[in-house]
Order: sequence, then structure tokens, then C-alpha cells
Amino acid sequence: MKPAPFDYARPATIDEAVALLDDDSIVIAGGQTLVPMLAMRMARPDRVVDINNIPELAGITDTGTEIVIGAATRQVDVLNSGLVAEKLPLLRKAISFVGHTQTRNRGTVGGSLAHADPAAEIPLASLAMDAEVTLKGAGGERRIGVDEFLVGPMMTAREPDELLVSLHYGLASGTRVGTGFHEMSERHGDFAMVAAAARLELDAGGACTQAALALGGVDARAVRIPALEAMLTGQAVDAALIQRAAQEIPRAIDPGDDQHASADYRRRVAVALGERALTDALEDAKGTAA
Amino acid sequence: MSSLEITVSVNGNSYTETVEPRVTLVDFLRDKLALTGTHIGCEHGVCGACSVLLDGVPIRSCLMLAVQADGRAVTTVEGLTQEDGTPGLLQDAFRDAHAMQCGYCIPGMLIASEALLRENTDPTLDDIREAIGGNICRCTGYVQIIEAIQLAAERLREAGR
Repeated sequence: MKPAPFDYARPATIDEAVALLDDDSIVIAGGQTLVPMLAMRMARPDRVVDINNIPELAGITDTGTEIVIGAATRQVDVLNSGLVAEKLPLLRKAISFVGHTQTRNRGTVGGSLAHADPAAEIPLASLAMDAEVTLKGAGGERRIGVDEFLVGPMMTAREPDELLVSLHYGLASGTRVGTGFHEMSERHGDFAMVAAAARLELDAGGACTQAALALGGVDARAVRIPALEAMLTGQAVDAALIQRAAQEIPRAIDPGDDQHASADYRRRVAVALGERALTDALEDAKGTAA
Repeated sequence: MSSLEITVSVNGNSYTETVEPRVTLVDFLRDKLALTGTHIGCEHGVCGACSVLLDGVPIRSCLMLAVQADGRAVTTVEGLTQEDGTPGLLQDAFRDAHAMQCGYCIPGMLIASEALLRENTDPTLDDIREAIGGNICRCTGYVQIIEAIQLAAERLREAGR
């Protein structure tokens, strides 16, 4: 369980880092997933590019239209950020389920997203929040939605010569926004067997103007449930409607069997957690009326 | 695959050593510096036995490369003793509360507890459970470990710290 030999580079700027990236190199940020992969030799790069010494990759900024989080920002700093608590409550709720103190002190939001574990909370919440990412490569910079970024298990749209630079979270337009996050795992801090992230926006009359439900651990990547969202949008959402709409969930997901839970069990749990997350989001939205 | 020279402060002492990039921090501490108090349990970031403080905050030393600790300050379980090498307040509390059975997880438990008590000398039960949530003990059932942390917190408060 010792990594194979590799070269190590510690660039000081984004451009220096990008210049070092190719098919045989790999980026290390917090290392909370990469170091075990190196130790188990599931990853055998020629070169490890350490982005921890690039100041411009860390930090949380409010631009007025969106919150920008640098890819190498530690999970603990997002969890403790007043700005995130106020403006991005769903992300905060999700990160409270990510690992433990020791791993959140090192782990980064960009690292979790770029690793793209199908059960990870940060990609899940980011998908529910319609977040976008900025990637920078030798050919320039591009910005894509998380939905496009997440391709499959541990697979993303990032090219080998690209660096994930930042995550972008749009600010809510409505005044009544509510969020909910539920997860089932063997122990708190473990990867989710099933996780659900919900976000609802209501207008002054109480009708739902925007609905989002994302589920993790139940498919090759985190997935949204468009048929459910369509049933809620434009309606006065209540418990009965949430329960009816949640029946769309099993049709929209494709969970696998493993030693922790069968596919059928995961489908049932997905319905239950989806309902709970939406119910919390509804209560939250009603409670935050302007 | 070249080696690199790094300088790391460990328990207040500065060490300059040459390491291969693939060496993890825990192997560096144990093999290069002979600080074998930090234990290797699972070696892939699940058990917490290898916890150390990095610039004062708890991390898992099996999940960090030694080269990444260049210029940083590390505290291991050896750094929790008093200056004469006898057990510190937290270690005494673990002994007095019978918090150890096999003892393998204890270095990590002590580091996680130290990090908590530096922030908060009056932790709730939930605070304690959260603080040691990333550390696995297969013997005790955690009850006496929690009592030890409560005892240490009480002694710290009595000492006015």
C-alpha cells in the first residue's frame, strides 16, 4: 500500500499548473481521495501537480450576481463561511455530511467535484443548484454547467490538460427560497448509499416558480429528476403533491446492487429521501417569506 | 524520479530531510524521524489512527504527502506530553478514565481530542462525538474515551485554561 514513484511539481500560478498538465500527470489538491488511489496504485501518474500553493485557487467571493468558490478552497472553509451559510445554504447542508473534521480540513470542493464519485455530496448539491465550473487549459478557458461536467463514475468533461479553476453558484432571484438535504449512510461521514438535495422557489402567492431535486448514489452520477420538477413547477406545492411527484423517482434512476444495499432498496430509499428533502425545502421556503 | 529536500517543524523541532515525493507524511514521521507514536491503521483515510495536527488543525497523515508538509508545523502524539516527557493532561485523563484497551487508536483519539479542547474546554456530548467521529476504535465502544475527554475538559476548566 505504498504509491509507485512519481515526480512532484509545486506551481505557484494557474498558468504554471496548466503548463504541467497532460495525459500522464494528475492534480493533487487536498489529496483525500487521490492519496489512497496512489497508495492502492489505482492511479500511477508520472507526475503529481500540487495546486495547494496557488493563492488564486482558494477563496469565496460574492460578485453580486454569483458566489465564486476557488477549486482548492478547503471544505472546512466553505462549511464555516458566513457568506455560504447566508447565500448557499444547500451547499452548507451538503458539506456537513462530507467526511470528518480531519478530512474536511484538507479536502477541497473542487477536488470532490473533479473526482466525481456518484455518491459524493458536493457534486450532488452543485447539480441541484445549477452550478457552473470554469476550466482552464492550454487552449484557453471555458465555463460549463455541472450537469455537463459530470459524465459518469469518476469521469468528467475535464480534458487531461485542463485545470478546474472555480465553481460558480448563481444567487436566488426569488425572495422565498427553501432547501433540504437528506442522506442515508452506514455512519455519518461515510459515502451516501442514497442522498437527496432539494431546492424550491415560491412566488408571493405561494406557487412554485422553480423546483430542483438531485439524487446521489442511485446512478452513474448525480442526477436531476426533470419529470418530478415539472410536476411541482407552477403549482401550489403541498405534501400530497410532493408524494405524487416522488413516484417519478424510481423511473428516473438506475441504481446498482452492492454489499451495502440492493438496487430495489436504493430505489425505495430514493423516493423516501426525495420526499423528505422536498418537504424540508417547502417548510424552509415558507419560513423565509420576505 | 527525484527526491526533494523539505523542512518540517515537528513538535517544535525543525527537521530538514530528503524524501521521495511518494512518501506519505505518516511514513516520514515514523521511518525518517522515528516518531512511531503516530500509528498506521487502514492507510487509506478511514480509521483516523494516523491523525496529527497540521498548523494546529487535525488531519490524517496517511492522506498527505510528506513533501506537502514542507514549511509547515506538525504536532504528533509525542508533542502532547509535558516538557519532561511525562504524560500531559489529556493523556492522564485517558489513563484515569480507563479509555484504552488495545490502545492502537489512542494516538489518533488524543490528537482529535486535543484539537477539540484547544477550541472548546466545555464541549457538549455532541461536540465530542463529532470531534472523534473520524476515529475508529474497535475495543472500547467509545464510552470511556468520551468520559476521558469530559474529564480532561473539566480539569482544563478547573485550571482556568
